[in-house]
Amino acid sequence: MAIGKSHRRKDVRAKVTGKTRYTDDYSMPGMLEARYVRSPIAHGLVKNIDTTAALALPGVEAVFTFADVPKNVFPTAGHPYSLDPDHQDVADRLLLTDHVRYHGDEVAIVVARDRLTAGKAAKAVVVDYEELPICVTSAAALAPDAPAIHAGGNILKSTSFEIGGSLAEAETRADLTLQGTFRTPIVLHCHLENHTAYAYMDDNDHLVIVSSTQIPHICRRIVGQALGMEWSRIRVIKPYIGGGFGAKQDVVLEPMVAFLSTKLGGAPVKIEMDREECLVATRTRHSQTVTARAGVTKDASITFIDLDVISNTGAYASHGHSIPMAAGSKCCHLYPRAVTKFSAISHYANIPAAGAMRAYGSPQLFFGMESLLEEAARSIGMDSVEFRLKNCARPGDIKAKTGEYEHAVGIKECLEKGSAAIDWEAKKKRYATQTGNIRSGLGVACFSYGSGTYPACVEIAGCRLVLNQDGSVHMQVGATEIGQGSDTALAQMATDTLGLSYDRIHVVSEQDTDVTPFDPGAYASRQTYVAAPAVHAAADKLKRKILTHAALMTDESVENLNLANGNIVLQDQPEKVVLDLRDLALDSYYHKDRGGQLTAEVSSKTRTNAPSYGCTFVDLEVDIEMCSVTIKNIINVHDAGRIIHPLSATGQVHGGMAMGIGMALFEELMIDSETGWIYNGNLLDYKIPTCVDIPDLESEFVDTFDPTSPYGNKSLGEPPIISQGPSIRNAIWDATGVKINEMPMTPKVLFTHFRAAGLL
Amino acid sequence: MQTRNINLTINGKKYELVVDVRQSLLELLRERGYTSVKQGCGVGECGACTVLVDNVAVDSCLYLAVWADNTTIRTAEGECRDGKLSPVQEAYMEAGAVQCGFCTPGLIMATTAFVEENKGKTLSRQEMKKAHAGNLCRCTGYQTIINAAEEALKK
Repeated sequence: MAIGKSHRRKDVRAKVTGKTRYTDDYSMPGMLEARYVRSPIAHGLVKNIDTTAALALPGVEAVFTFADVPKNVFPTAGHPYSLDPDHQDVADRLLLTDHVRYHGDEVAIVVARDRLTAGKAAKAVVVDYEELPICVTSAAALAPDAPAIHAGGNILKSTSFEIGGSLAEAETRADLTLQGTFRTPIVLHCHLENHTAYAYMDDNDHLVIVSSTQIPHICRRIVGQALGMEWSRIRVIKPYIGGGFGAKQDVVLEPMVAFLSTKLGGAPVKIEMDREECLVATRTRHSQTVTARAGVTKDASITFIDLDVISNTGAYASHGHSIPMAAGSKCCHLYPRAVTKFSAISHYANIPAAGAMRAYGSPQLFFGMESLLEEAARSIGMDSVEFRLKNCARPGDIKAKTGEYEHAVGIKECLEKGSAAIDWEAKKKRYATQTGNIRSGLGVACFSYGSGTYPACVEIAGCRLVLNQDGSVHMQVGATEIGQGSDTALAQMATDTLGLSYDRIHVVSEQDTDVTPFDPGAYASRQTYVAAPAVHAAADKLKRKILTHAALMTDESVENLNLANGNIVLQDQPEKVVLDLRDLALDSYYHKDRGGQLTAEVSSKTRTNAPSYGCTFVDLEVDIEMCSVTIKNIINVHDAGRIIHPLSATGQVHGGMAMGIGMALFEELMIDSETGWIYNGNLLDYKIPTCVDIPDLESEFVDTFDPTSPYGNKSLGEPPIISQGPSIRNAIWDATGVKINEMPMTPKVLFTHFRAAGLL
Repeated sequence: MQTRNINLTINGKKYELVVDVRQSLLELLRERGYTSVKQGCGVGECGACTVLVDNVAVDSCLYLAVWADNTTIRTAEGECRDGKLSPVQEAYMEAGAVQCGFCTPGLIMATTAFVEENKGKTLSRQEMKKAHAGNLCRCTGYQTIINAAEEALKK
């Protein structure tokens, strides 16, 4: 069995030797470079734009302004197309704008023969603005007299739902009702490879785009929408990609490079963002305000959870209202015997556009929910772990709540494993009576997540397998490798179903929409879950074709044959090799009278969505006078179904934990609330964790098997980032008696709260 | 454009070059096909462009090409010889320290300098972390990277 073993990643040898090629590692003779002219103000109208000086610079090929671009407004979110017009993403973008909506908005673009000249020319474009009033915060954007950032006003969408019974009835059953308001910051993805893309035309009506994108097939459609071109006339190629975390689940540069190439006779045109642009002019994580209410009985049953979210989506909709809604729908799986009410409002503001970021609204929502439920546990005098064990999902709950499928539910085991690993009970006792400046605290928080986007969006995946002349197999999948290791996991699946050795399966990692089977891409932690049925079916199909050909070559019937370890063997005597697959492959290609190229291709739709679970346990120390937090021990435990590749799975957990710690303790994009100016749009001032900022990380899994996946697996890519914030907040409360209801919990924030609480 | 003639060795190959005095070592290397050297920020914040100049790890984006006159440069491409990975590359592969791979070549060079400087010494994980604090990685949380450095130091 390949599944469950940490086989060598398909791309690892190429990556450690620097051989993997990313978008910027390709070049074309005569490639032109483009640079945006960005607005120095957060809200205003362009009154005049003078490109004369820029055009006069030697080496400048062209300057385009908002007046030159197509008038097709287009959406940018990386969602599959929806047949339901009400469910389509908000189309609020033009390629360039004369109404600038954030500090850095795009009013013009310069194309030159080299990057240096393009940069100089962009600075030489003179733009006059009429400044408009600015709203940065939710309060300002939602005020009755707020200036309208888009024609329809500042409210993007507002929705609510109630599930699991009646809220009004559940309120009457509660002995105690609690409420709190929680604030989360704007966080940046900071993938190491900046956004970059280039385009050229290889025919009068055929465009090729090479881009660092998580969503090649969606990108093709959106470029078509933006330029008014037939979608099939656009070819998107994704080479290796240096991280995305959701920022590349959005169409950012591709429509522009495509437009520029069409305007310049099909010449190759590239936009390579510099780090500062990439941080503020692509996408961010939504800052949210979560107002949570919960009711509990004296015997510690949660009767209801009522969550109300205000989500600041910034200058453009991007993923917009899908962010709070997705998190709302996924959170209901955690304590499913409680009634859940969820409401959310998403609004525009004069700040950079927020989009998808790892776990898509869930870290924000669970910060509110798991912080408030900690208060519920403490209010009734129950241990935090025991309280969660009593209320968390059990097998059977999900089917009972949704009336649909049975799923694996391992949250109870996660809590038990985490509690034992951190030595919860002994430390609880030890930390119970502390005085002095340095105090220790324990915290826990749980989460639930999904394994895709169904039923909100279609879940479609594809796999094509080809038996090569040498008996190895080439695998093409629409699932997009972005560093998370999906190529490897899917190859392991194919290995087991086919009966081939892992080393004989080669995954074509580069995506090319002219060739690759359709799949919308890497997001929602969906790929191993929704691609699994396609891989399984394709492998099964290819295996049958191989055995059918083996039957033609031998006297055996298909039923008597099997494929094991790369050989054709007898079904009931697997040690008896009938044929070497290499010989069979040559025969299938070159025998003059029989066979052919043996291939299998399957496109499948997934109509289930397995909930995944987990929790974070943290043991930390607070230095009250220094207002600093030191994590002594932090553990994530996950129920992700069957673990396909333990080493990569652990790597996903570590990466999520480090991002979660950064969000909890120090990451925040700071924007002046009066002017909309961005203070820290670079990697020195916007600090992401370095080696020394991250403690040793522990990761554990519980053993479950989800019946809706052919291989038992559930989501794992995003979930590891969800529960650090609330667990750290709960541990700081445990240590100091002070509740910090905002992230990041920086020394400055701790100082304010400690002083208010009389600790300083 | 002002130029200057320089002589340098890159991964064992000798070069005599005429370079633009404004050019960075990062640009010089990438233009010659050493694309393992990545640009993540261009201003010395991220370490993705780390190479060894006379066995010292530097951010090649902050290092002028002309300064590389009479030096020996090592990049991740050159660490694999005759198809055999270096002990550090091997350690990264075995530890699972590679995800998207964009920071990997730079980190591998940082670890290589670290290991060569500290051969035979017993160091704490905190000391290993300090030696790698100039290289950012957003995928791994650094756990497996430090595991790899720890293993490489033992080899």
